[in-house]
Amino acid sequence: MLTAEEEKEIRDELANYPTRQAVCIDAMMVVQRHRGWVSDESIRDIAELLGMSTADLDGVATFYNLIRRKPVARHVALICDSVSCWIMGCERVREQLCARLGTTLGGSTADGRFTLLPIVCLGACDHAPVMLIDGDLHTDLDEHSIDQLIEKYI
Amino acid sequence: MEKPLTSKLRPDGTAVDIGAYERAGGYQGLRKALELQPQEVTEIVKRSNLRGRGGAGFPTGLKWSFVPMKADAPRPKYLVANADEMEPGTFKDRVLMEGDPHQLIEGMLVSAYAIQADIGYIFLRGEYRVSAERLRTALGEARERGYLGGNILGSGYSFELHLHISAGRYICGEETALLNALEGKRAHPRTKPPFPQVSGLWGKPTIVQNVETLCNVHHIVQNGPEWFRSLSRSEDGGTKLYGVSGKVNRPGLWELPLGVTMREILEEHAGGMRNGLQFRGILPGGASTDFLVEEHLDVPMDYIQVQKAGSRLGTGTMVVLDDKTCPVGMVWNLEHFFAQESCGWCTPCWSGLAWTEKILLAMEQGTAQKNDLDVLKFQTRFLAPGNTFCAFAPGAVEPLQSALKYFNDDFQRHVDEKRCPWRQ
Repeated sequence: MLTAEEEKEIRDELANYPTRQAVCIDAMMVVQRHRGWVSDESIRDIAELLGMSTADLDGVATFYNLIRRKPVARHVALICDSVSCWIMGCERVREQLCARLGTTLGGSTADGRFTLLPIVCLGACDHAPVMLIDGDLHTDLDEHSIDQLIEKYI
Repeated sequence: MEKPLTSKLRPDGTAVDIGAYERAGGYQGLRKALELQPQEVTEIVKRSNLRGRGGAGFPTGLKWSFVPMKADAPRPKYLVANADEMEPGTFKDRVLMEGDPHQLIEGMLVSAYAIQADIGYIFLRGEYRVSAERLRTALGEARERGYLGGNILGSGYSFELHLHISAGRYICGEETALLNALEGKRAHPRTKPPFPQVSGLWGKPTIVQNVETLCNVHHIVQNGPEWFRSLSRSEDGGTKLYGVSGKVNRPGLWELPLGVTMREILEEHAGGMRNGLQFRGILPGGASTDFLVEEHLDVPMDYIQVQKAGSRLGTGTMVVLDDKTCPVGMVWNLEHFFAQESCGWCTPCWSGLAWTEKILLAMEQGTAQKNDLDVLKFQTRFLAPGNTFCAFAPGAVEPLQSALKYFNDDFQRHVDEKRCPWRQ
């Protein structure tokens, strides 16, 4: 079941588009903002609200990388692996981060604290390497700064 | 030197609010446009020689002239800002949106008026959260002051503008894929024709323009096409946001006359190569542009000259390859990106790019076969323009084909030595 708040946020978006389907990406992002991810149940609920089939909606959901169809940890780190960050050493930063947290790219820590995911160019290439944690951009990373940075995310 | 796009940006990185924007002459371009006929605005933009800043470089005024303008034109007409900045190495539109969101809104208003658009969307990538917050605030301010909505400034012209937050995927930057994304579908490109100018969003006339392109439009209307052309050192008008990333002394972004040379940007603005490193090559306009090398450094960074040199101006944001970075590794990184971001719609693209990436990875890991270089060369022909549904795969092989030309010995060494000479 969608919460009243989720449903209201989705209905607010409907005013901006001529069709209900146009809102489906916003709708999934609304649910994800509240729950961290989009479950099969949420897909069914959103599809029903917008008059789509669940198959069509899941087809859209699985196309877009920012829509998460699996649960994630409390904090989500999106590590840029595009060309400028690669030149500036994002592989070392990523290896350090994985070792420090004891998980791999695409995985979550056992204590449910961090999920690590790759992301494409974040548009801050003059400060590479960069990553997003919970939507906040962190720049000019190296093996040392990464240790201090993750301490802030309990 | 005039910098219409960035002169208002604040050194502390906060956004120019509506009061400051108006005090600096903001929304005067809109007022002037509203006194003109819509077609006059298009004509002014045509005469300014403004070309698209998103990568393809299509003349902006010419694009608008394809929109049906008669009284029986289909309605509503749409204007979409392509704010899906995701070309690896590119970081210019974010700076414009975060620093001066009203500039984009005013540019959109004047462009919308020219084509008599009724509704607009800013198609913003989901990761640009600061841009989203600031655009939302600015849209509210603009609505409050009567710049958006019904009967704008008493002109009788109405325009609604909405912010759409996207959920990822590079292909959304392709304008017809973007339209499918806005309609709530998988972002596969559409067949052209029909072109969006005639049949775009929900089948209605639609113009899609890059953020930086739109940010120029009201300045052109306010100051005239001659002024805009005089800003440039090239046949095409205006300034350009140029960026440099990689191992230079001062990576960054600068607004400069269109057509400054690569050498001037790299040496005077980016401060040259870091100590002990040699320049080997450059992607002049993002990941999907051909490498250029030392002999091209005096090429003016404009649409025509960069093309003559064998590459594209693209987004104008350059990525520098130095002599301590493996060119094969760099191309692997680029093709990894393209293989991952292929939308999967046409077989040559999803299959060919995955194959290409696999071979490059094998080269890096020392397991490449003797004929793999030939396979890579085959892929550049196989994925050339005309063989795929959209321009994605041809763009994806631009850095590969030029790397094979300029760094062939490096590729050969990976195969012969069965290792990457740059990795310990």
